[in-house]
Parts: sequence; C-alpha cells; structure tokens
Amino acid sequence: MSILVNQNSRIICQGITGNQGSFHTEQCIDYGTKVVAGVTPGRGGEEHLGVPVFDTMREAVGETDADVSMIYVPAPFAADAILEAADSGVDLIVCITEGIPVLDMVKVKSALKDYSCRLIGPNCPGVITPEECKIGIMPGFIHQKGRIGVVSRSGTLTYEAVYQTTQNGLGQSTCVGIGGDPVRGMSFIDCLALFEADPETDGVVMVGEIGGTDEEAAAEFIQSEVSKPVVAYIAGVTAPPGKRMGHAGAIVAGGKGTADDKFKALDAAGVATVRSPAELGSKMLELLPN
Amino acid sequence: MNLHEYQSKQLFAEYGIPVPKGVPASSAADAVAAMDELGGDLWVVKAQVHAGGRGKAGGVKLARSAEEVRQFAADMLGTMLVTHQSGPEGLPVNVVYVESGSDIERELYLSMLVDREVSKVSFIASAAGGMDIEQVAEDTPEQILTVAVSSDAGLQPYQARQLAFGLDLDKKQSRQFADLLQKLYRLYLECDASLVEINPLIVTAAGDVVALDGKINIDDNAIFRQARLEEMRDPSQEDEKERDAAAHDLNYVSLDGNIACMVNGAGLAMATMDLIKLHGGEPANFLDVGGGATSERVAAAFKLILSNDNVTAILVNIFGGIVRCDLIAEGIISAVKEVGVSVPVIARLEGTNVDKGRSLLAKSGLNIIAAEDLTDAAQKAVAASKR
Repeated sequence: MSILVNQNSRIICQGITGNQGSFHTEQCIDYGTKVVAGVTPGRGGEEHLGVPVFDTMREAVGETDADVSMIYVPAPFAADAILEAADSGVDLIVCITEGIPVLDMVKVKSALKDYSCRLIGPNCPGVITPEECKIGIMPGFIHQKGRIGVVSRSGTLTYEAVYQTTQNGLGQSTCVGIGGDPVRGMSFIDCLALFEADPETDGVVMVGEIGGTDEEAAAEFIQSEVSKPVVAYIAGVTAPPGKRMGHAGAIVAGGKGTADDKFKALDAAGVATVRSPAELGSKMLELLPN
Repeated sequence: MNLHEYQSKQLFAEYGIPVPKGVPASSAADAVAAMDELGGDLWVVKAQVHAGGRGKAGGVKLARSAEEVRQFAADMLGTMLVTHQSGPEGLPVNVVYVESGSDIERELYLSMLVDREVSKVSFIASAAGGMDIEQVAEDTPEQILTVAVSSDAGLQPYQARQLAFGLDLDKKQSRQFADLLQKLYRLYLECDASLVEINPLIVTAAGDVVALDGKINIDDNAIFRQARLEEMRDPSQEDEKERDAAAHDLNYVSLDGNIACMVNGAGLAMATMDLIKLHGGEPANFLDVGGGATSERVAAAFKLILSNDNVTAILVNIFGGIVRCDLIAEGIISAVKEVGVSVPVIARLEGTNVDKGRSLLAKSGLNIIAAEDLTDAAQKAVAASKR
C-alpha cells in the first residue's frame, strides 16, 4: 500500500497544453503514471501527449473515469480550476500552480467543504508513490520504493529528504509536498494520519518551515495519535522577522511562526528533531534498525 | 506591496470610512498650501514612509501655525526616517501628509488579515489602541478580540456587536463601528488586501469613530488584477536589491552576514542559511534562483550577491532535479567568468549528471570548490569565508 495515489490512480491534467503542463505531464507519463486525459477549455477533441483533451472536467471524468486531477493552470485561473475539479467528482486534486491570490484560496477552502475530495497544494511539488505514480514536478529518479512517508512544505527540501532515504536504503512509501502557501489543502496532520494508518509506512520524515502554526498543531497530533517514529526539520532558524522567504507562507509575523517555537513544540511532543537537513535520513535510519 | 498612510486613507474615504481631512505634500510650500486648504487651527504633519513607529522617531508633529507646518515639513522632507521597523538606514521621506488635528477621546486598535489557522478573513480589535499591538498580545492577551468571517455568509451583525461590546462602545459608536467594519470588509476583498491596520482607530470628543491612521498591504499574488493600486507603488520605500532580484525572477532578502547563498527552492535556501549558521558562519542573504537556474539567472544572481561588499565567500547549493547538473555547472562557470567573481565559490550540486557537473567545475580553472554534500559545503564555505 501507500497513501493517496498508487498504480491504479487515473489522472487528468488540467492545463495539459500549456508549457508547464505539457513538460511535466510528459515526465509523469515517462515515469509510468496513468495519465488518461487532459483539459484545456477550447481545445476539446484534440489529442496531446497521446491522451484526449476535453473542454471541461465533467466531460473528461465522464469519459475516462479518472479519480485524480493534476493542475498546472496559470495562477489567475487556478482557483476556478480547483473548483471545477472538485465539481467533476475526482477524489484528489493536486495543484502545482504557484502565486494564487490568497483570497481566492480562502474562497476555495470554504467551497471545498461541499465535496469529499482532498486538495494537495497549491504551490507544491506534488505527490509521488515511488515506482507507481508520480503527480507533479519532482525528479522521479531520486525516489525508491520503501518504508518512509515524507511530508513537506518545500519542494527542493523534500528532494533532500527523499535522496537521503534512498541513499541509505530506507526508500519511501509516499511523498507529499503540501505546499508553501498560507492557505492550502492538506495539512501535516492530514498526511500524518494517513501515514499512521498505512501498513507500508514505518516512519515519517516531516519538513516544515517558518510561518503559521501547522507544525505546532502537528506536534500535538503526533504526541497523541502517531505511534510510528517521526523525524522533523524546520527551515528558517536564521530568517529575519517580517520578511517573506520566497514562499508566500514563509514569514514570521507578529512574533509567531518562528522556527525555534516549532522545534520547541516538536521536541516537547517527543519528535526526533534534527537541526541540520543533512541528518534527516541518518536520524530515520537510527530510529528504524533492521 | 505596501501603501502609504495617505494612499490608504484615500481608499478608506472612497469606501466611506471616516478619516480626518488631509492633503499630501512634497515640499514645505505645498505643506503650507495644504494647511490653508484644510483650515482650522491645529494640524498634524506626518512623514510618509513604509514603516511603523513614526511618532517616536519624530515623524509625526503637531503644528499650531503656518510657520510650524513649514518648519516640520522642511525638517522631514528629504531626510531618512529611522524607526524601529525601518532598518538602520531608515526610509526616505519624499511626501508628508498634512492633516486636520483631531480631538481624541479614546484610542482603539483594529486590523484585518487572513487567519491561516482557519483560512478566513479575520478582524482583530483591542481597546489598547495606539500601542504596539504585538506587545499587547504578549502582555495582556485578554485585551485582544478576534472574529473570523465566513466567506459565504460575510461579516455578520453579531460579529460587529461582539467587537463593539468588547471595546465598550456606546450605542451611537457601535452603529458607526459596525458600518465601518462592513466597509472595511468590502475594501479588503475588492482590493485583495493582505493586511489592513488602523492604529489608532479613535473615538473623538464629539463621540464619532474615525480612522486616525491607516496601513494597507496588497497581496503580491493579486497585483495582476489591481492595476490601479499598483500605480500607487512607491519604489523608493522598497529594498533596491530585492526589487532588482524580482525583476530577474529571483527571490532575494538581504541579511547581515558574509557568506552569500545561491540556492534553488525557497525551503532549501532557508535550510542553507541555517546550515551556515549551524557550522559557525553568518549568511549574507536568502536567494532562491528558482527551478530553472539558467545561466542568465545564475549570472544575475552572482551580480546581485556581489553588490553586497560584506560577502567573502559564496555557497551555491543546487539540487538538480529535472534540470541537469552539467547544465547548471556550465551556467555557474560562464557566470563566474562573465561577472568576474573574486571571492571563493563553493558549489554543491546533486541530482542528474552530478559527476559530469562536478568535473566541469573542477576543470574550469576558476576559484570554485566542489563540495561532496550539504555538510561539507557548509563547512567549506565557513572555512573559505574566514581566510
């Protein structure tokens, strides 16, 4: 098993004919992901990357029985794309797009309560179950099927955690990039709960960063609900307050959301924290002998 | 993007939110003309900079005569105002706002932002106005009132009442306050604000609720649909390097240390700064070159980094995922040659074609030190920076 996606997942790419959508969908297909359709309004009836293109998500889902949407639609139109995906009946929406207005996401979050689907992102690398299904922009070759769940707010820092757990032979069950925006879909807690319930996941690497209090909430959740070992790292100890560090959500505001506070909360919850991102893999190995 | 007080109040006025009368001025003579236009016998001359704490820094003065208005405006204009939020160099005062004086009975605090925990637009209010709200939250959290607004239902009357009773407003003031909240909520949505802050919101001696100060920040992600507000941008208040960086699609933040970083990805960029600190060095900047890391971008990034005289070493940390390491190495080599980098460059590459990339760097004949991994890179950068 794994969480969220596997070899049976059937994927539609929204924005498949755009530059980004085209490039990354091809990489996903090469990895072995079952991409069954694309959606670009006005391009229905065409074929792109060997799959049919539809005008609307409802049509695409109706024709292909897809259960996941992967979104590369430009930021001004991405909120609309997320809600169209939700309305089409897919179970999982993975929104890669960066730069969506925060108030658009506030509306999306509220509207998604009417549906049972899950949202990953936006502004994220995506989700991958190694050797089965890659949805997003992560480099597939660094992954290896294995025992560790990875959940992270950052892209390249996820790759570090993945690379290290591949190097030391642990491998990954599923890796989820939850994204760097302040208002987003799945949280650390949502992913931790799934990893805890997944028999193939033996431990979880969690990579947080400054801003918000999602990591603090996760610390409480881990203490009461997670029996598997969790290794955590928080980026941004040296980030100055009040400055946005690349990600829209990575900002220490009003004295809240500092890396120190997050480390403190995780330490207090008994999570194995590392102060260097180079130790994510080795710490996990230490906690999981054999 | 941040707006000045006078721009924020212009927006408030457009939405029917009560503000004192005022006129912006960019010379002492204009300030006196503004005063004449306003009439009355008490005026406030306020320096327009993108930083709080202006009062304590001498950027807000009460004037009782034309001579005082002229004097205060002349003293402020053309100077750099240093406040506890402006950074040590301060921010240039190019405009002063001349405003009619207000008769203040009470000072309250009111702000709006998106509460990340509930993903909703929220109001924060306090009876402790005119003070540093973060300090109030720290010392007396019970004085902070909040309500979160449902984006479906909008701001409800009971929420306005909840805040009004909490602020101990009388009946007339509560009505004015509720009206002001509805207008602010509309402004917040229509302008794609990321922060609206009124500190203080005052009750005048006549018993009216008035926004005495105003601060509005606009969500950078939404600027594409806020063309009119973008025209209000004042580049003189923004960090020049950060602006240059944005023009090249780079994310840059200046720091006080001497080891510059160039990294792909925001999380890894922060982690690289932290690693430098962990190994006894001080990072000079945050810099995310993004996923592409093309040679043009890398060259622009080197130029940006080297415009900081404190830099004694550069750590390049690239996790090449879909981009190949040999291409990145070529980009680094041509950029180092083009820009003429005189300090040691420590490069850590990982990902596709990493061996090819490393050997290209080694054979370049340039002052580039290849690192094995993250820790090695940080250690080598710290050592090189001290030489």
